[in-house]
Amino acid sequence: MKRIIVCLKQAVDVSQLKVDPATRRLITAGAPKKISDFDKNALEEAIRIKEKIGEAEVCTVTVSSEDAKAVLREALAIGADKAYFVNDTGFQDVDTSGTACILAESIKKIGAFDLVLCGESSLDSFSGLVGSRLAELLNVPQITSVRKLSMEGDVVIAERTLEDAYETVKARMPALITVTREINQPRIPSLMMIIRASKKEVVTWTAADLNLPKEKIDAKIEVVEVVAPKTERKKIMITGENVAEIAEKLAKALVQEGVVGR
Amino acid sequence: MSESKGVWVFSENYELTLEMLGKGREIADKLQTELVSVFAGYDVQEKADELIRYGADKVYLIDNPALESFQAEAYLSVLHGLAANYKPEIMLIGSTRNGKPLAARLATRLKTGCTPDCRRLSVDENGRLIGERITYGGNAVAKIASRTKPQIATVPARAFGKPEPQDRNGQVIKLDVKIEEPKTEIVETKPLETSGVKIEEAEVIISCGRGLEKKDDKALLEELGKVLGGQVGCSRPLAEDRKWFTEWVGLSGHKVKPKLYVACGISGVIQHVAGIRDAKTIVAINKDPEAPIFEVADYGVVGDLYEILPALTEALKKHLQ
Repeated sequence: MKRIIVCLKQAVDVSQLKVDPATRRLITAGAPKKISDFDKNALEEAIRIKEKIGEAEVCTVTVSSEDAKAVLREALAIGADKAYFVNDTGFQDVDTSGTACILAESIKKIGAFDLVLCGESSLDSFSGLVGSRLAELLNVPQITSVRKLSMEGDVVIAERTLEDAYETVKARMPALITVTREINQPRIPSLMMIIRASKKEVVTWTAADLNLPKEKIDAKIEVVEVVAPKTERKKIMITGENVAEIAEKLAKALVQEGVVGR
Repeated sequence: MSESKGVWVFSENYELTLEMLGKGREIADKLQTELVSVFAGYDVQEKADELIRYGADKVYLIDNPALESFQAEAYLSVLHGLAANYKPEIMLIGSTRNGKPLAARLATRLKTGCTPDCRRLSVDENGRLIGERITYGGNAVAKIASRTKPQIATVPARAFGKPEPQDRNGQVIKLDVKIEEPKTEIVETKPLETSGVKIEEAEVIISCGRGLEKKDDKALLEELGKVLGGQVGCSRPLAEDRKWFTEWVGLSGHKVKPKLYVACGISGVIQHVAGIRDAKTIVAINKDPEAPIFEVADYGVVGDLYEILPALTEALKKHLQ
């Protein structure tokens, strides 16, 4: 039986963030959270593979210093078979290096796998580093930015989106894949599935369960500052008696700006 | 720590390499250290001299048939081998779809940090590299420093301008590095069908959002595009949901830097705005006077794009005759 492991991040819902107008600092405390969008695509793809090949176990892993069990509950409702919540207050300041390390140790503890699926980036920090760092730590082939995925025996075939081309790549499993949002449209769980999933177990591990010494997950970067970007725009509203007058005023302004014509 | 020296630049994309050499030169001068361009490929010796004209003090040239196409493990082993040996202080790596995973794995192998997609780079009073990147879906800009060396940052295309080539002295040093076997096999490469100029390179972009009612109506934008020598673009819903376009402008799509960006029927969610922040002038046309796009525009028109666009096209035609 194939085992597919999906890494799920509980991300800040960036569409609901607010900025403190005085300091221009972001107010992240208390902001609503959800499964990071791309990770949902990764989960959906894992479930589709399982539906196609029949025999497969979909395991989901979430690493967080806070309570993020809801993410795994949702994953179980969507169709994951197993859920592992790796939770430790000591994870508070981990960066992509530490996160990848915790995920790698968790995956080793889960056992042998065929595929690890990750979202290409997370919705909130948008770094796009954890998947590749994890592939390196697990010492498996990685295929990133994947928009189409299939399996043939123990070979995975993936189509990647590059800047100027689609590239089809093959690798022997076990392998790690990062997916883009193009790959599928994630399903929404039915009420029945949510109720059924609430009876499933979420396994919880701490750093101690993984024998993870603190120095292994020490942050390698320092976030110096996070502020709302400055927008220095003119914000001139163009009005007029009629459309022709408005268009004329706007055209004149653009000519004066020197942004049209040679 | 003090053993580390030099600013290194690497990208498998040649243009991006040149852009990073410009910025790398600035950083190396500030730190009074050398700028090294790591140049890997097959049969590429001729181009190596040019890298010196664009600012490199040294070019580490690795010329090997195994490097002809981009294979992650092969390039990773080259960069890791060199960095482990020569211990650079800073490594700037081109943030392409291949380069970013490469940087992430290199950072892991070197047990160091990585700041991805830096749109600005500077050196602080302690000589640390500070990378600025857009985060939280465009809601914030984060300044990040590395606690470990080498300090690795990835740099997207067009974040920095290409420097002017100059007559300078430098050294091209040919090196042999042990190259790892790739773990993946490239089966096929299909070029993306794009219409002429790439959107991220366009000087003028006329972009539409959900205010566009039918796919065919993009002709209205194309008309204006023709007059201004511009490209037509869109926001994410028109590409991902309605499939009227294959690519879009925004945080998860293309980040653009045109002279003029005309947003038609685009509400201006923060993720879209993050993709147009570097535009010189932004024009917004929207029916909804409350649309957030007006907050980030230089010129705003509250109105129907179906009326405003043809009138604007006509008016500009007259002005540009």
